[in-house]
Amino acid sequence: MTLSAAELTIGETRTAVLVEDLKRTQLVQYAGASGDYNPLHHDELYTREVAGYPGVFAHGMLTMGITATLLTDWVGDGNLTRYGVRFVNQVWPGDTLTGSAEVTAIREEDGEHVVDLAITTTNQHGAAVVTGTASARIDG
Amino acid sequence: MPTDRFPVEAGHIMMFARSVGDDNPIYHDAEYAAGTEIGHIIAPPTFPQAQAQFNATYRLRPQVGRPWFGSGATPTGVETNSEVGSGGGGGLHAEQHFEYHRHLKPGDVLTLTVRPGETWEKQSKRAGTLTFSETITEFHDQDGELVITARGVGVRTEKPVEN
Repeated sequence: MTLSAAELTIGETRTAVLVEDLKRTQLVQYAGASGDYNPLHHDELYTREVAGYPGVFAHGMLTMGITATLLTDWVGDGNLTRYGVRFVNQVWPGDTLTGSAEVTAIREEDGEHVVDLAITTTNQHGAAVVTGTASARIDG
Repeated sequence: MPTDRFPVEAGHIMMFARSVGDDNPIYHDAEYAAGTEIGHIIAPPTFPQAQAQFNATYRLRPQVGRPWFGSGATPTGVETNSEVGSGGGGGLHAEQHFEYHRHLKPGDVLTLTVRPGETWEKQSKRAGTLTFSETITEFHDQDGELVITARGVGVRTEKPVEN
């Protein structure tokens, strides 16, 4: 389903709980699928004793991937034209993440109608873990 | 050595979508996908990153004949922590951006062109001196069409990030 310009308003926001009580197994699942086997994301012993972190933490790209679901569920499959994020805080096992996307512009680009979104994913303490922007094709 | 050839496969897309917790059938159900406007399975937005699987010399995957820096009998399998930088502060991912000229589908065979972008430094209270470096990756399909442009920013920290 492609959104239409008429059904969108600037400032309109969508939020969704993206993951509750993030499990270490999901980090392993993501490592296997993405091919990024950095021990920081599954190996407690290495992460504590060699890297000096309190424990394993999520791949930034896992949080970006989890956040993408909020966008595609809203703008429809295959409509994203841009998606970019900054990783601003680490995500830990046990975290519950809530994503939020807000319409910042409805415009035309190269003859196509486009919606711009501002994105923030926060943890259960209210701290942003990922911030970013996305654009998607919409119907005029 | 970057990825020379990235074949996009349906099983890989399914596993990737599962790993990010997305059960949208457009990522795994060919019959469902055939009935949509798109008409076929597509890959989730961050799937291009899984090109690492096809990078022959990727550092973050154990490789036959090369010591692995993760733990076994001891906390790390390498003598010096050269793989991850000094002081335990290693490379982290700071930013990632994708531009989709079209979305990927099973059967695509992508060729990657990787070039360095800018580098810059910043001071941080939580992690000391931060050195950022940008990498731009262009994904071309089997017809030579540019399908994805990715821009990643990595950061090396002086010490582990404090929370």
